[in-house]
Amino acid sequence: MTPPVKLACRHVWKVYGPHPERLAAAGADLDAIRASGHVGAVRDVSLEVGEGEIFVIMGLSGSGKSTLVRCLSRLVEPTSGEILYDGEDLLKASPARMIEIRRHRMGMVFQNFALLPHLTVLENVAFPLEVQGLAREAREARAREVVALVGLQGRERHFPRQLSGGQQQRVGIARSLAVEPDLWFLDEPFSALDPLIRREMQDEFLRIQRQLKKTIVFITHDFDEAIRLADRIAIMKDGALVQVASPEDLVLAPADDYVRAFTAHVARAKVVTLGRIAAAGVPEGIAGTLPAAARVEDVAEQVVAANAPFAVERDGQAVGHVTPAAVIAVLVGRGG
Amino acid sequence: MMLWRGIWALLAVAALVLAVLLPEGWMWPAKEMQLPMARWISAGMKWLTDSAAIGPVSFKDLTRGFAAVVEAPYEAARVLLVDGITEGKGRRAATIVPPLSWVAVTVAAVALGHYARDLMLGLLAGALMIYLAVFGQWESAMVTLASIVIAVPMGVAGGLALGIAGWRWKPVERVLMPLLDLMQTIPTFAYLVPVLVLFGFGPVAALLATVIYAMPPMVRVTLVALRAVPAEIMDFAAMAGCTPGQRMRKVMLPVALPDLMVGVNQVIMLSLNMVIIASMIGAGGLGADVLESLRRLNIGGGIEAGLAITALAVVLDRLGQALAERAGGRQALQGPWWRRHPRLVLVLAVALATGLLGLVLPAVQDWPKGWTVTTKGFWSGLMEWINVNYFDQLETFRVWMLEHLMLPVKRFFFALPWPFVLAVLALAGWRLGGWRLSALAAALCLFVAVTGLWEQAMMTLYLCGISVLVAMAIGVPLGIWAASSPSAGRGIGGVVDTLQTLPSFVYLIPVVMLFRVGDFSAMVAVVLFALVPAVKYTAHGLRSVPAELIEAGVVSGATRGQILRKIRLPMAVPMILLGLNQTILLALSMLVITALVGTRDLGQEVYIALTKADVGRGLVAGLSIAAIAILADRLIGAAAKGARERLEGAG
Ligand SMILES: Nc1ncnc2c1ncn2[C@@H]1O[C@H](COP(=O)(O)OP(=O)(O)OP(=O)(O)O)[C@@H](O)[C@H]1O
Ligand SMILES: [Mg+2]
Repeated sequence: MTPPVKLACRHVWKVYGPHPERLAAAGADLDAIRASGHVGAVRDVSLEVGEGEIFVIMGLSGSGKSTLVRCLSRLVEPTSGEILYDGEDLLKASPARMIEIRRHRMGMVFQNFALLPHLTVLENVAFPLEVQGLAREAREARAREVVALVGLQGRERHFPRQLSGGQQQRVGIARSLAVEPDLWFLDEPFSALDPLIRREMQDEFLRIQRQLKKTIVFITHDFDEAIRLADRIAIMKDGALVQVASPEDLVLAPADDYVRAFTAHVARAKVVTLGRIAAAGVPEGIAGTLPAAARVEDVAEQVVAANAPFAVERDGQAVGHVTPAAVIAVLVGRGG
Repeated sequence: MMLWRGIWALLAVAALVLAVLLPEGWMWPAKEMQLPMARWISAGMKWLTDSAAIGPVSFKDLTRGFAAVVEAPYEAARVLLVDGITEGKGRRAATIVPPLSWVAVTVAAVALGHYARDLMLGLLAGALMIYLAVFGQWESAMVTLASIVIAVPMGVAGGLALGIAGWRWKPVERVLMPLLDLMQTIPTFAYLVPVLVLFGFGPVAALLATVIYAMPPMVRVTLVALRAVPAEIMDFAAMAGCTPGQRMRKVMLPVALPDLMVGVNQVIMLSLNMVIIASMIGAGGLGADVLESLRRLNIGGGIEAGLAITALAVVLDRLGQALAERAGGRQALQGPWWRRHPRLVLVLAVALATGLLGLVLPAVQDWPKGWTVTTKGFWSGLMEWINVNYFDQLETFRVWMLEHLMLPVKRFFFALPWPFVLAVLALAGWRLGGWRLSALAAALCLFVAVTGLWEQAMMTLYLCGISVLVAMAIGVPLGIWAASSPSAGRGIGGVVDTLQTLPSFVYLIPVVMLFRVGDFSAMVAVVLFALVPAVKYTAHGLRSVPAELIEAGVVSGATRGQILRKIRLPMAVPMILLGLNQTILLALSMLVITALVGTRDLGQEVYIALTKADVGRGLVAGLSIAAIAILADRLIGAAAKGARERLEGAG
C-alpha cells in the first residue's frame, strides 16, 4: 500500500561551531551542544518521503527547517549522516555528479523567490535549461509551457520587478519545474505573500501537484497551510524531529505538549477524516457515498443538508457510515 | 578619566615648553640610526630591471610585454580621437584617414548621455564637447579622453579580476586587503616613480600609473558586491546546477551589476584625477597644459585648461552616476542588432558621414580656428587687476597668517625631540586602541625616524596639521549651516559635490595666481581640496541625530542653540571624527601635489625623486607619507569608535 521511498535520510546532523564533528559523533544533547558554544541546527534526523507524497516540515523560526532541507539537497554539507535519493547516497556524490542530479532531478522554490533581476520572466524560467546547454528555441519552448502552467501567459517579457509578489513566486515555481524534476523542495514558498494571495497560491500548488505528482518536501511555519497541503507533517524543535504523522493524527494524538500547543487552535473539522468517525455497518436510506479520506469540513455542508447518513468507502469498499450528528459533533469540536 | 585628562594636559604643557625652550632640530634622529633604505630599494630595482629573469624571460621583457598590451589599445584610441591614420613622421605627416570629427564625437557624447539617463544628460554631455571646441581645448581634451577611454576598462577589468580572485580564495583576500589599504594611502606621485623607472617617460607609463592608481576601489567594490549577492540566489545557482564559472558569469556578476557600477564610477573619477597628474611623466593632454602653465606662471592658459578639466570631471561624474543607476534597468528590445542599438547606429552613421563630408568641408572635421574664443586675456587681465588693486590686502593677509599661525606651529613641530613624539604617539595608541595600536604607532613613527626624512616629515605634519585645522574651522561651521535647513543643505551640497569631482591639480591654479608659491599657497590649496569631507560628515552627523532626542530637548525647553550644543553636536562627534579622518587623508594626498608650488616637505622629496627617476628616494618618501596617513587613520578611527561606543553605552 505505502508508496516506494523516494528520499530518505538517516541520522543527519548539522552542527555549527568550532568542532562540529566531535559533537555529532558523540550524539551530544542540546544542552551539551549549547554549552560548548555550538548550534545544533539539525540533530539526528531520520525520515523517509514516499514517491508522490507531500511531506511538510513545520516548526518555529530557528528550529532548523531550512537547514534540514538544505542538507537534503546538499546545499549545506551535513556534519554526518546519510541522504539517500532513489537509494543513492548524495553525500558520497562527486561535485560533477551533484551538478548532474540537480540539473535534472531536483527543483527548489525559495521564500524570497530568488529570481534573477536582470532576466525576463521567460529567461528566468529558461535559466536552468540554459545552464544545461539547451539551445535557445528548445529551452524557450519548454519555458513557455511551464509559464502557461502557472498562469503567467502574456507576461513572458516582463522583468521580476514589474510583477507582484504572487506573480514572482509563480515564476519561481515555473522555473523550478522547467527541468521536470522528480523531487521538489519548497522552502516557505508562500510566507512572503499576503494571506489572500497565499490561499490562492496554495490552491494553485495543489492543482499543479494533482497534474504532475511530484515528490515534495515543503516547509512552512503556518499550521493551516500544512494541514491543507500535507500528506504527512514532520514537526521540528531545536533541530530534532518531535513527531511525524498525518495532520489528523497530529491533532488527535499529539506526541507532547509542544505539538499540542501547535495544534490546539486548529478546527478539528479541518483534519478529521470520515474514516475516523465512521460507525460500523451501512444502514438503510443512505443519501450517498463519500470517500474515507475526505475531511469533515469539506463534506459537512453536504451531509447536514441531506439530513441522512452517508456510506463511507475506501478503495471501493464500504467501511461504515457517517451520520449528520457525528459530523456536527466534529464541527463543534467534540467528536473525533 | 580625571587621571588621563591630567596626563594629557601635562604632556601638552611639556610639548609647549619644549617647543619654546629647545632650538629647532635639536633632537632629530641621529645620522647613525638612519637606514639607507632608499639605496636598498634603488639597488633592488636596478637588479630587477637589469638582471632579474624567470627562466629565459627577463624582467625587462616582462615590462615591455606589459607596456605593449597597454600601448596597442591606447594607440587605437588616439587614432580614433586625436591623430587619425597618418603616413610619415612629424610635420610632414600626411593624414590618410582623419580622426573622428568634432561633430561625431559630440553626437556620440549626446547618445551616451541619452543612453545613460535621458536627453537632458545627453545635451549636457554634448554641451561639454562644444565648450571644449569653442575654448580651443579640443585637442588636449581628446588626448586626455583617449587615456581615460583606455584606462577605465583596464582598471575595471583588473579590479574585477582581483576582486573575484579575492572572493574565491581566502588567502588572496588576506594578501589583497592590507595592500589595498596601503595603496590608498600612498600619494599619487609616489606611484609615478617606479612606473617611470620601469616603463620610461611617456603616455604608456602614465596610463599604467593611472590604471594602478584607479584600480583599488574597484577591487574593494567587487569583493563587497559579490558578498552581497543574496544567499538564496547563491542557493538557486547551485540548485540550477551551475558550474562555478556559470555561477559567476550568469548569476553573480549580473546580480551584482548595480553595485559594481558604483565602483566603475569611482574608477572613472580616479582615472581622470591621475591622468591629469600623470602628465608629469608624459601623459600629455589637459594635465600637461596645466602643468606647463604652472611652470611658466601662465595664468590664462592654466585657468582655461583647469576649467576644461572641471567641465570634463563634472560631465564624466554625471555620466558615471547615471550609468550606475541605470544598471539593472534593462528593457527587453527585440529585433536585429541595429534595431536594438539605435544610438550606436546613429553615431556610426554620423561618424562616417561627417568623415566623408569633412574631406570637402573642413569645418565639419575640425572645429574652425576662427570660431574659437580665448579667455586667456580676460583671466590675465583679471589677475592683474586683482594684483594691482588688492595686492596689499592679499599680501598683508598672507604675511599675517604666516607670522601668527604658520611659523609658530612650524617651530613647535620642529622643536619636538623625536623620542617625545614617539612616546606620545605610542601612549595615544595605547589609550585609544590597546597595545596593538600602540605598537603600530611606535613602529610607524620609528620607520619615519630611520628613513632620515624626519625634517621633511615634520614639515609635512606642520603643513598638514595647520591645513586640517583651518579646513575643520571652515568646514564644520559650513556643515552645521548645511544641516540647519534643506535649502542651505542643497546649496552647500551642490558646491561640495562639484569640488569633490575636481582633480587635485586644478586647485593649485587660482591659489598660485593669487599668492604665488610658498607654504601659504600650499596651505590654501590643501584647505580647498580637503574641505569637502569636513562639511559632508558634519552635516551628515548632525542630520542623523534621532528625532526623538531633539524632540526631547524641545520638550524640556532648550533653545535652538542649546539643542545644537548639548544634543546634536555631541551626538555627531563620531561622524565628525570620521570627517576629520578623511580630511587628513585628503590633505596628505594634496600636500604631495603642492610640491609643485615649492613646499619642502615629503611631497617635495617625491617630486624631486620623480624628476630624477630615483625610485628608492621616491618610494621611501611615499611610504613615509603613507605611514603618517595610516597613523592618523588608525588613531582617529579608534577615537571615533570609542566615541561611538560611549554614546551607545550611554543611550
Ligand atoms: N551558517 C550558519 N552558521 C551558524 N548558525 C547557523 C547557520 N545557519 C543557520 N544557523 C542556525 O541554525 C538554526 C536553524 O536555522 P534555520 O535557518 O534552519 O531555521 P528555520 O527553521 O529555517 O527558521 P526560519 O523559520 O526563520 O526560516 C538557527 O539557530 C540558526 O541560527
Ligand atoms: Mg528558514
